[in-house]
Amino acid sequence: MFSQRTIFNKLMKTKMPTSLIKTPARAFSGGFYNHRSAEDNVEETPFEFTEENYKEIKRILNKFPENYKQSGIIHLCFLAQKQNNNFLTLSAMNKVAKILEVPPISVYEVTSFYTMFNREPVGKYHLQVCATTPCMLRGAYDIMDTIKEKTGIKHLMETSKDGLFTLQEVECLGACANAPMMQVNNEWFYEDLTPENTALLLERMRQGEGFEPGPQIPERKNAEGPQGRTTLTNVEHVFHERDFKAAKEEWEAAKAEQAAKQ
Amino acid sequence: MSFSRTYGNLQDQDRIFTNLYRDGDPFIDGALKRGDWHKTKDIVLNGDDWIIDQIKASGLRGRGGAGFPSGLKYSFMPKVSDGRPSYLVINADESEPGTCKDREIMRHDPHKLIEGALCVGVSMRAKAAYIYIRGEFWYEYNCLERAISEAYERGLIGKNACGTGYDFDVHVVHGAGAYICGEETGLIESLEGKQGKPRMKPPFPANAGLYGCPTTVTNVETVAVCPTILRRTPEWFASFGRKNNAGTKLFAVSGHVNNPGVFEEEMSIPLRELIEKHCGGVTGGWDNLKAIIPGGSSVPLLPKRICDDVLMDFDALRDVRSGLGTAAVIVMDKSTDVIAAIHRLSKFYAHESCGQCTPCREGTSWMEDMLGRMRKGNADFAEIDMLEELSYQIEGHTICALGDAAAWPVQGLIRHFRHEMEDRIEDYKAENPERGQRAKVSHLPEHH
Repeated sequence: MFSQRTIFNKLMKTKMPTSLIKTPARAFSGGFYNHRSAEDNVEETPFEFTEENYKEIKRILNKFPENYKQSGIIHLCFLAQKQNNNFLTLSAMNKVAKILEVPPISVYEVTSFYTMFNREPVGKYHLQVCATTPCMLRGAYDIMDTIKEKTGIKHLMETSKDGLFTLQEVECLGACANAPMMQVNNEWFYEDLTPENTALLLERMRQGEGFEPGPQIPERKNAEGPQGRTTLTNVEHVFHERDFKAAKEEWEAAKAEQAAKQ
Repeated sequence: MSFSRTYGNLQDQDRIFTNLYRDGDPFIDGALKRGDWHKTKDIVLNGDDWIIDQIKASGLRGRGGAGFPSGLKYSFMPKVSDGRPSYLVINADESEPGTCKDREIMRHDPHKLIEGALCVGVSMRAKAAYIYIRGEFWYEYNCLERAISEAYERGLIGKNACGTGYDFDVHVVHGAGAYICGEETGLIESLEGKQGKPRMKPPFPANAGLYGCPTTVTNVETVAVCPTILRRTPEWFASFGRKNNAGTKLFAVSGHVNNPGVFEEEMSIPLRELIEKHCGGVTGGWDNLKAIIPGGSSVPLLPKRICDDVLMDFDALRDVRSGLGTAAVIVMDKSTDVIAAIHRLSKFYAHESCGQCTPCREGTSWMEDMLGRMRKGNADFAEIDMLEELSYQIEGHTICALGDAAAWPVQGLIRHFRHEMEDRIEDYKAENPERGQRAKVSHLPEHH
C-alpha cells in the first residue's frame, strides 16, 4: 500500500488544501479509486495511439456488433496502457472514450474496477506476485521478501529507487500447480519460483536479458509434475470414426418409437 | 451405485486432452493430427436436437463448479428466434484459487475449444461464440487468437463453417483482472464493456443475456470435451465415473504434494489415490496430511479423516458437505497454519467482492478482519460463533454466489478446526494475561 508520506507528497504536488488530505478507507492493491493529478498525469498530457495500434483497434472493434462499441473499452485501455510503459493516464482514457464514442465516465468506471489497469506509474518491470492460498502454501511470501530485499522496495506498490521494479501482491493468477509464481508487466508468467531463482531472475532483469518465462526449475516444462508425468506417457493419435448418419437414424427411430408410445 | 467397480484407472487411449503437456504442436497442424476437426461437418449436419440429446445422454455436468447438467442447460435456449440472435459465451475467466486446468486447454489444445464452440453453438442455434478469457492469461489469449485465425483461414468457422452452410463466428475477448467476471452475468456485463457487477436474475441469460439477446455461459472444459463425446459416443463418456457423475475430468493439484500438476483422470477416483498415484503423495507421507480443499477455494475444506476414503465426484463430496467445484485440489500438510490459509482466502474474497450487495461488501472484510485477529489468537471464544453467524448472514443474501463462496471456507474451518482456533485463543490469553480470562461462551443458535 502507499505510505502516508507518499500520499502526502503526491497531494502536495497537486496543491490541495491540507484540510482535504485523507487516507482512503481502503486502498486496494490496484491503487486509488479516484484520479489524482500528477505532473505526468493531467488532462493535457499528450496521448495518441500509434498507427499499428489503430489497425489493432479496428480489428478488435470488428469482434463486436456495430452499436456496441463500448465492449472495446477493456481492450483499448489495455493497448493504451501497454503503449505507455504500463501506465494508463487520464488523457489515454479520454482518448479511448473518444474513439469508442462513449462518455469518459464509462471508461473511468471500468479502469477503476479492474485491477490490471495501472493508473499510477510503475517501474520497468512490474512484478505481480500471486499470494493467494495455493501460492502462499508454497512460499509466496518468501518470494516477496526476497524481492523486497534484492530491490530495496519496502512497501507493496512501491517502485525501487532505480525505477526498474514495482512490487504488487495480486490474487490468484491461475497457475496454482506451478506455485509460487509471478507475472511481469501483465504478460509473461514466471512459475515455480524459489528465493534463489527469484534473485537470479531479478539480476537478469537488471541486465536486461536472459530471463525466460515459464517454470524456473529445470525439472519442469509445463504443468506436468516436477517428478515426471504419470499420464500421457504412451499416446497414440487415433481418428475416432463414427457413422453419424446411422447415429442420426437410430436417434430418429428411437424418437418416433417414444412418440408412438405416448 | 456399484460397489464392485473401482474408479480411477483411466488409460491414455481414453484421455480427451492428449496434448496437455505440449508434446505436439498446439496449433492447427498438430490438432488435425490429433483428430480434431475430424468429420465436424457430419456432426453439425446432424442438427441441434441430435447434439443436445447426445450431450444429455453422456451425462456431462458443467465443469465450471456448479455441476449443472450441460445438455439440459443448452436446451433452455429459445427454439425459434424472435429476431434477436443467440450467443454462446465461453467462460475462460479461470480465477478460482487453485484452478489452473482451462489454461492448459487454451494454450496447448485451443482447437478442441474452438471445435467445441462450433458444436455447442450449433446445438443452441447461436450466431457467434465469445470466449471471455481473463486478462492475466495474455499468452493463452494470443494462442486462442492464433488458433481462431487458423480456423477462419481453413473455413472451419466463419461463413459456411466446415462447408455446412451454417454461419458461425468465434471471437476471443479478454478481461482485466476481476474474479467476479467468472460469474455468468458479471461476465456478460464485462463483455459489454462495463464493470463486472452481476445482474439480478431473472431474467436469466437464456432469455436476455449478452446485448439483451439469449445467451448461454458455459465453462471451457465443458465445451472442449463435447466434440470428443460426439465422436466417441455418449455411452463411451458415460462409462466413466459413478452414475450421475459421468466422464473424465481435469484435476489440478497444488499445495503440499511432492509432484503437483494438472492431469486428466476418471471421475469418482478416490481422493487419496489421486494424490498418491499422480502427485507423489503428500509431503511427509499421508499421515502428515492436515486438510484438503477438494474443489477450489470456494468449497469447505476437509480434514484428514474424511480425505481418507472420499471419492472425487459431485455427489460424494456434496455428501461430506463440501463440493467438487472445479476439481482444483489444494493440499495442506501438518506444517500449515490452517487459520492463516483460510484468512488468506477471506482476504481474497474481500478484495474481489464487487461491492453491490451490502452483506458481501461489508461481511467479507469483517470476516477478513476477524480471521486476521484469530490467526494470532487475539479474539474471544464467543467470536468464533459470531464469525459463523456472520458467514450465515452473507450466504444466500447476495445477488451472485460470491457471498456463498466467501462464507463456505470459513464455515468449513469452524466446522473442522474449531478446536485449533480455541487453542490459539487460549495460548494468546495465556501469553497476554492483561486481556483477562473469560469463560467459553456459546450463546448463538446451532445452525445445522
